[in-house]
Amino acid sequence: MAEIKDFLKNLLSLPGLSGYEDPVRAVIREAWQPLVDELSVSRIGSLHGLKKGFGDEPRPRILLSAHMDAIGMIVTGIEAGLLRFTEIGGVDARILPGQPVTVHGRRELPGYVVQPPGWLLPEDQPTNKAVEMKYLFVDTGLRAAEVNELVRVGDLVSFAQPPIELTGDLLAGHSLDNRASVAAVTACLQELQHIRHIWDVWAVASVQEEETLGGAYTSPFAIRPDLAVAIDVTFARGPGSPANYSTFPLGKGVTLGWGPNIHPALYEAFKKLAEKLDMPYHDDLMPRMSGTDAMGIQVVAEGIPTMVLSMPIRYMHTPVEVVSMKDIARTGHLMAQFIAELPVDYMQSLRWDDES
Amino acid sequence: MKPLIKKLVEAVGPSGYEGAVRELVKKEVTRLADEVRVDALGNLIVRKGKQSAGGLRIMLSAHMDEIGIIATHIDEDGFVRFTTIGGVGPRTLIGGRVQFLNGAFGVIAGERLTATDPVHSFEKMFIDLGAAGKADCPVKVGDLAIFDRPMMDLGNRLVAKSMDDRISVAVLIETLRKLKNTPHELYFVFSTQEEVGTRGSTTAAYAIDPDLGIAVDVTATGDTPKGMRMAVKLGAGPAVKVRDGGMLSDPRVVRWMADTAEAAKIPYQLEILEAGFTDARAIQLTRAGVPVGCLSIPCRYVHSPSEMVDYNDVRHAVSLLTVLLSNPIHLQ
Amino acid sequence: MTPKKTSPSTSPLIGAEQIALLERLSNAVAVSGAEHEVRKIVMAEIKDLADDIKVDALGNVLATKHARQEPALRVMLAAHMDEVGFMLVDGEDGLYEFATVGGIDVRQLPGKTVLVGKDHLPGVIGAKPIHHTTADERRNAISLDSLRIDVGNENGKKVHPGDRATFATRFQQLGPSLVGKALDDRLGVVTLIELLRHAPAHIELLAAFTVQEEVGLRGARVAGYALDPQLAFALDSTPAGDLPSWDGAESPRYNTRLDGGPAIYVADQGTLSDPRLIQHLLQTAETFGIPCQIRQPGGGGTDAGAIHKQRAGIPVVSVSVPGRYAHTAALVARLDDWQHTLALMVHALERLTPAILEQER
Repeated sequence: MAEIKDFLKNLLSLPGLSGYEDPVRAVIREAWQPLVDELSVSRIGSLHGLKKGFGDEPRPRILLSAHMDAIGMIVTGIEAGLLRFTEIGGVDARILPGQPVTVHGRRELPGYVVQPPGWLLPEDQPTNKAVEMKYLFVDTGLRAAEVNELVRVGDLVSFAQPPIELTGDLLAGHSLDNRASVAAVTACLQELQHIRHIWDVWAVASVQEEETLGGAYTSPFAIRPDLAVAIDVTFARGPGSPANYSTFPLGKGVTLGWGPNIHPALYEAFKKLAEKLDMPYHDDLMPRMSGTDAMGIQVVAEGIPTMVLSMPIRYMHTPVEVVSMKDIARTGHLMAQFIAELPVDYMQSLRWDDES
Repeated sequence: MKPLIKKLVEAVGPSGYEGAVRELVKKEVTRLADEVRVDALGNLIVRKGKQSAGGLRIMLSAHMDEIGIIATHIDEDGFVRFTTIGGVGPRTLIGGRVQFLNGAFGVIAGERLTATDPVHSFEKMFIDLGAAGKADCPVKVGDLAIFDRPMMDLGNRLVAKSMDDRISVAVLIETLRKLKNTPHELYFVFSTQEEVGTRGSTTAAYAIDPDLGIAVDVTATGDTPKGMRMAVKLGAGPAVKVRDGGMLSDPRVVRWMADTAEAAKIPYQLEILEAGFTDARAIQLTRAGVPVGCLSIPCRYVHSPSEMVDYNDVRHAVSLLTVLLSNPIHLQ
Repeated sequence: MTPKKTSPSTSPLIGAEQIALLERLSNAVAVSGAEHEVRKIVMAEIKDLADDIKVDALGNVLATKHARQEPALRVMLAAHMDEVGFMLVDGEDGLYEFATVGGIDVRQLPGKTVLVGKDHLPGVIGAKPIHHTTADERRNAISLDSLRIDVGNENGKKVHPGDRATFATRFQQLGPSLVGKALDDRLGVVTLIELLRHAPAHIELLAAFTVQEEVGLRGARVAGYALDPQLAFALDSTPAGDLPSWDGAESPRYNTRLDGGPAIYVADQGTLSDPRLIQHLLQTAETFGIPCQIRQPGGGGTDAGAIHKQRAGIPVVSVSVPGRYAHTAALVARLDDWQHTLALMVHALERLTPAILEQER
């Protein structure tokens, strides 16, 4: 587990914004190399790792999809040496002022997001109003001439907050959404090293989930799995978050998705397994869409029976998301055990409620 | 190129009904192509070239359709109510003229506004075709129309309705003409239904299954008085899109396009458009995924009946595309 | 012009048998993502009507009836099995918070009866008594947050968050009208079953009874891909908004009108119908004297929106039975409109040949 934590901390120290996943993909590739039989990269950048099963060919295939892209910013203009920017993925402008960032120009430039005083904003903006993203800047501390040399429109701006270990098994950092899940898939692959599973396992670190679900729509088209599991983060209960069905206690187990994106028989199978393993879990009710890769995966080509597993995190889409390492380990273990138990004819037994 | 542009921008082709534009394009390209076909959604697909070393299967897409309106109700007095096809803004309509597919013309007018209405909503507008009553009205529910406006040639600047995206249609035709040799198998797609959600390019890309996709479309600018903040302006060259409201260009494609422009000394700009998207979005998500980019023609007043482009930008776009497609491509 | 033929609206018949099937389907519960009750009925009804039947990864029923003569045309017909409804999301001991599934106006909910879970346990949607409300509160719509589904303490042991619920309305015929919940799109489901029964010999009929239409046309997407037809029709129900306006003025907005016959789509949120198919339907209606109407172009959508974008593109059009009060506890449709819809489709399929695809769109 210490190994997984170091791996995750490494992932959390890297950029890899949606559409620009190269830096994080390189590190995942290195971690997966000894764990899978084949590695490849899709035409739009998703990492595909195949761990072959022990069954006779042609073997059924299960796809595990965890998106590796992160939210961040992108430069839209340069004024007097200060950078204007817009978001990649969903960023709340209110958490930005004072954030340390890295500007990926001709070389990497450290900087801070800065908020101009109210009298420089429309209608002398009072302090109780949030400043919109279009009025914020990134200040690199450099003079205009140097900035104009080093930065241009389209350069990326990523969060520079390094990961922090909190007390207990809690880890804080940016892009735990969704690198916590990449860590869980990696833990699963590690456990599978000791298991004679029948099915082929396709581990996918997918791209562009925060923008277009790009990886979710495309990788399954190439792989054509029989079953798929989307692994993502969900909301942990925390300060100010609603104490209702959409939030879960932190560190108290995985969540099992339930709703139209999920094949009900797969949900039942995972639930039974969690109970058998004496693993704590919660139902993550998704009455309409799941907001995960599953939205894409399920409707690829002729359709794919899909499941959603999640780990609760706090402060989602801020640079200080918080996750419990225990939940990551549980998620990896649950997937590995599910795969271990998949019989060769599982698809013939996958039934709808109305079928006998 | 100006006579070609004029013909194209003055043609009538709202989304879903691009036939007249398609006929014009067909006439221009048939002699230049290895194969010309029309698919189920009306896309015109023009193939040229064979793959050789360093060659790819490339889809280029410029959409033929334009925004417009569709009749929803003819009232007893012969006035026509309508809804929009594509992203029509209410501010530029009143006083404008429309031409229906069946040749009928009309003017757009509005109900009296109350003090609280800042602008006419579409529900409070109607089209007057000069009909004496319902029976006399030459239009029925479901008929489509476009915003009628001839092209205006201001020298370096051209103004017309449907510069979005006929100017790119012209750019593709001209590129096809200029292209002498290519190591690639090229598919010039004159696509349909872009303005209602990049529908034509979705299915064309599936059929073509390209290794690389390039949309050619217009983009907004930030160079008008107290306008939107955006680092693209007219006359500074075509824009290489980095991102828009629906797509992140493949960074390898952005580098290839920008580096090629620099090497060929063709002016270009980098573009980030915060709202709206192009055929590139649809191509990117096709099958197992496609690397995409977009070359944009800067255009003021997009989706108004008077869209303005710079003629030099247009010519530079042709030059850049011609260089891009004439040489082997190694994305990295 | 072909001389008008006599009205075929009584042939093939929608009779007692079809209405009884509609009643069973209307009363069944199939909230998007949990369509099993309707699927079960459909599977039983079509088992002798189709040559090949399968249930796919999302729960769509895909049935093929092979053509029996050449040249055959592969035609997909889609009708969605799912309906709008609710999912219980939180609570215990019989009192539950719930989320809506599909487009539902929350103002339709207070004081309604519902069926909850697989056992159709009776429940009510409770709201605060008027006595406990202020004048200010009464001016605003009741919010979803303040509503609960109440099944009573005892049955609370049998239901769980995650269970689906829907309106408890029972189907009935009122004079010329059909009244019930979920007639959007159980009318289409029965129409499609009848079209399987009456499939012309030259049509390779690919029937898709789809899931998850109300949450984004998700079933139709994969069904269209899998069936790969040459052209497709979506059979649905569309709102009739032909009620008087508050000031009695002529209303320019109604979407469709009851008694106007089947509604043919030109443009909606998701689709610009193929003009060749629109013309084919209009000519069919003209030839056989079947009343029909053009649905007002505008928002909304059908399975056609997903189908036409599959693979290299599929020509589509939608035909709907008009119905008042869609997505509420009780929808009102006319038997005549339904019969004309079936008649239009039967004749449209009979007249359909591959020649229609030879001209360019």
